[in-house]
Amino acid sequence: MATRHSQGLARLAVAPSVIILFLWMIVPLVMTIYFSFLRYNLLNPDIGGWAGFSNYYYFITDDSFPGAVLNTLLLVASVIAVSVIGGLGLALLMDQPFWGRGFVRLLVISPFFIMPTVSALVWKNLLMNPIYGLFAYLQELVGLTPLDWFAKVPLLSVAIIASWQWLPFAALIILTALQSLDEEQKDASAMDGARFFSYFRYIMLPHLARPITVVILIETIFLLNIFAEIYVTSVGGLAGNLTYLVYFQGLLNFDIGEASAGGLIAVVLANLVSIFLVRVIGRNLEI
Amino acid sequence: MSRIELNAVRKNFGTLSVINGVDLDIYDGGFTVFVGPSGCGKSTLLRLIAGLEDLTSGHILIDGRDVTELGPAQRELAMVFQSYALYPHMSVRNNIGFPLKMAKQSEAVIDAKVRKAAETLNLKDFLDRRPGQLSGGQRQRVAIGRAIVREPKAFLFDEPLSNLDAALRVQMRLEIMQLHKSLGATMVYVTHDQVEAMTMADRIVVLNQGRVEQVGSPLELYDRPKTLFVAGFIGSPKMNFISGALASKHGAATIGIRPEHVQIGDASGAIHATIRIAEHLGSDTFIHVDSADLGAMTVRATGNIEAAPGTALSLTLDPARIHRFDASGQAIF
Repeated sequence: MATRHSQGLARLAVAPSVIILFLWMIVPLVMTIYFSFLRYNLLNPDIGGWAGFSNYYYFITDDSFPGAVLNTLLLVASVIAVSVIGGLGLALLMDQPFWGRGFVRLLVISPFFIMPTVSALVWKNLLMNPIYGLFAYLQELVGLTPLDWFAKVPLLSVAIIASWQWLPFAALIILTALQSLDEEQKDASAMDGARFFSYFRYIMLPHLARPITVVILIETIFLLNIFAEIYVTSVGGLAGNLTYLVYFQGLLNFDIGEASAGGLIAVVLANLVSIFLVRVIGRNLEI
Repeated sequence: MSRIELNAVRKNFGTLSVINGVDLDIYDGGFTVFVGPSGCGKSTLLRLIAGLEDLTSGHILIDGRDVTELGPAQRELAMVFQSYALYPHMSVRNNIGFPLKMAKQSEAVIDAKVRKAAETLNLKDFLDRRPGQLSGGQRQRVAIGRAIVREPKAFLFDEPLSNLDAALRVQMRLEIMQLHKSLGATMVYVTHDQVEAMTMADRIVVLNQGRVEQVGSPLELYDRPKTLFVAGFIGSPKMNFISGALASKHGAATIGIRPEHVQIGDASGAIHATIRIAEHLGSDTFIHVDSADLGAMTVRATGNIEAAPGTALSLTLDPARIHRFDASGQAIF
């Protein structure tokens, strides 16, 4: 790619994919922006025309809006905290030599391959159900009153389900990074008098800064849009996030205009969070 | 500043025996080199001394104190690794200061000692750089700096020059030797390169298959190798080994003669040979010859001499320089 000629050829060669990707992104975005300024309610198809900013105004002043923003942020923060700290611990354990390590790693990663809808159903019906769930059974076994998870602690329940799915992802990324840590550095730090805690603090954590940053950024992107777990466990009314609120406006209230406006507000929020994260931890990605 | 003693040291990895009972006395202030082919256990022996591996049996004493059960840090030794093992996310300053920080020294003390080490090693201008921004030789110096700030009882080097190019290797070799002179510290150095061993060592320990073959000064090993293995390992080009009728005439199973102790003459001499190939180094010429009586031989001639392949010549072996070995490979003196 050294010469101007070959650069030009390279641009030409990648152009079709870039153009398709660009259209793929820009057409839905432009349509959403267009809808968000229309009076577009499926229950009142006769009323049309421009709505100005009223869709945005109604979405933001909706009673559920502040709660939805808070739930969105709480979900992202708690699941990231659990998966990074727990993933670090799991990775440290799985990095130790023990019999059947390969099999254990396979088991640990498996939750990540289960569809969110399926795992939410499993948690809802087999584990957290207050009547015949496993947790209820265990609580009754020790004489406690079974907890009705989705009614009493809806947000915590969703956070637990999402953490269960994302913990393996974090553990796997951190584990691979741990395995790329030079053994001689461990030896060198042992010669230098570093005990495990110092080794962890001064050698291991800095080495893991980059993979942890990647985990946080990727999880943020996916967790901002978490929906299946909330929808399947029917806690949207109690612990709905922004994505759920958009769904509620669009497919329960049939107000396409306001749902579009909500979607764009969610995009803005996602960008704010991303900018904040890149400012705070993006430095770790540079060498 | 200390003496290291190894008593009947053994190390097994599973069923594989890597070190088979080594007894060794490393003198105070000496420069001892462990040399041997790959897999002879020289690095393992160094790691055993460092405390990075546990002994299967035997004892290690430093200044008369049994350190067999102590961890690496309590042995107060410093080690320079083959890959340098610098901490990539720390500046040179923090790399060198790390052992002091671990020893909970005050900031002022750390700063002064790091500065002094950097001055000794010509690293003053690089203190705020990261290891990734340094050249190979500079990284090597940082690794040495990290070792000297602790003022250890002894320095352990594990093939520290093998990642450097040839010119830099010669230079770093000199620097390490100067460091040894100026610090007067005990140094143990592992290498597979016998030239490095010969040039740097006070004492060489030749290891083979987890055993000490011979311990001695470089010239002792060169002049009086105790075994066939040492004779073949020390010296470059390799010693010529001859068995058969000529060896029996000297009362040995095998005789050895170094390339520099074989004279070449015109084709009228007693032992006939033809030149196969000649390597011209300028100062020397290595001539590889085939002889009907002796087989393939290497001859070292001083200066740059004409040696066209296929030329017939004769060989004379310096009788005073012939090494004799019995059937089990032990030298007959």
